[in-house]
Amino acid sequence: MVREVFKKPTKWPIMKSLILKEIDELIYGSMGIIIFISFFIGGVVAIQTALNISNPLIPRNLIGFATRQSVILEFAPTFTSIIMAGKVGSYITSSIGTMRVTEQIDALEVMGVNSLNYLVFPKIIAMFMYPFAVAIAMYVGIFGGWIAGVFGGFSSSADFVEGLQLDFIPFHVTYSFIKSVVFAFVIATIPSYHGYYMKGGALEVGKASTTAFVWTSVVIIILNYVLTQLLLG
Amino acid sequence: MIEVKNLHKSFGDAHVLKGITTTFEKGKTNLIIGQSGSGKTVFIKCLLGLFVPDEGIISYDGKIYSELTSRERRDLRQEMGMVFQGSALFDSMTVEGNVMFPLDMFTKQSKSEMLDRVNFVLKRVNLEDANQKYPSELSGGMQKRVAIARAIVMNPKYLFCDEPNSGLDPKTAILIDNLIQEITQEYDITTVINSHDMNSVMEIGEKIIFLKDGIKEWEGSNKEIFKTDNAAVTNFVYSSELFKKVRQMYIEERN
Repeated sequence: MVREVFKKPTKWPIMKSLILKEIDELIYGSMGIIIFISFFIGGVVAIQTALNISNPLIPRNLIGFATRQSVILEFAPTFTSIIMAGKVGSYITSSIGTMRVTEQIDALEVMGVNSLNYLVFPKIIAMFMYPFAVAIAMYVGIFGGWIAGVFGGFSSSADFVEGLQLDFIPFHVTYSFIKSVVFAFVIATIPSYHGYYMKGGALEVGKASTTAFVWTSVVIIILNYVLTQLLLG
Repeated sequence: MIEVKNLHKSFGDAHVLKGITTTFEKGKTNLIIGQSGSGKTVFIKCLLGLFVPDEGIISYDGKIYSELTSRERRDLRQEMGMVFQGSALFDSMTVEGNVMFPLDMFTKQSKSEMLDRVNFVLKRVNLEDANQKYPSELSGGMQKRVAIARAIVMNPKYLFCDEPNSGLDPKTAILIDNLIQEITQEYDITTVINSHDMNSVMEIGEKIIFLKDGIKEWEGSNKEIFKTDNAAVTNFVYSSELFKKVRQMYIEERN
């Protein structure tokens, strides 16, 4: 399927508008949920870290440090990707699946359009903007941790910021972006596959969306392990 | 003209098309009829290149499909128009967007040239003032007319229609049938219609192919179908009481 996606491309002016439309649908349209979840996850990480520091010898800047590490390494790239697999993945499967059921894909093929390129390629390219969403998730997550830590009375702002800067390894951000690029490809392709090759009617569109979400999540979790071992192990 | 020789198609153990040989003539409305499950849709999808036949030859004005390169196949497909059973209009596009789509994809026409052509074909299918409407805002008959407009916008040499009047009231169905026949004659297109609607058979069946269990059981015209003694065809054609009475009257008249 992936090979077909890159064969016989659609005219660039049409493809450009399709890519912009998909960026709007898949990335910009998901920013609300990404910001909402990141903010509260960052806050919860900060609170839980603070509540688990019982030893007075452990510095309070650990709250900022743990929030930064958790958000940058895992929550922003991986947790957000699972959410995106549900939101964006089910949208991709159901929209392509509905086109299959209503013969719109056959209509494209009869016209001589490479339907895989027309439908899937813009989604893959649009999802390459996903690391920007992950960057925002990192920022908002840490901000959420700072709000919860400082305004919850668990840490001073100075301690939190000191923790954020403590032993900072820039490669961790790179690692996170590498993961997000790989996950973006998975989120664009697996749901597309399940939508494009589905058979049946409206009920099967729903089933295909569920199956696509499960497989996308499984692949993300396995790749998360593999990439962590390869890049940080 | 489309020529089909010894066409076979199977799906697993199910042998759907069993050696069909026929010709679809230019400038005529060619009908494929038969009961549900007789292989009509599979046959039309083989003609469209959506299914690859297991055996047999399909040639379009002498060009054998299986011998064409992928580029030649793409070019050939641009000479085909298809009206799907459910219209298959793109939900996210307006009527204008749907009809303009093939022009936008395959021609280098300016926006105003494309709009002129779109307005021309929409007028041809008697559907003016609906340019900015979405498919969901249209009735079944209007959707079919948009589908016909989209199918003919590129001046196709071959027009395929899969049950073009299914789900339509009898009056609208006749309008759609007549429109397809007019367009076929006006633009000298090879039109292939998949139908099990007897009104269509009588109205526009210039050439009829009757399929039964994947075999071509009979072929002829709408004038000949009432005279045939083929039991399978008469069982199909005269399945309704109305047509049984018509046949009885015809036999009495003949005697």
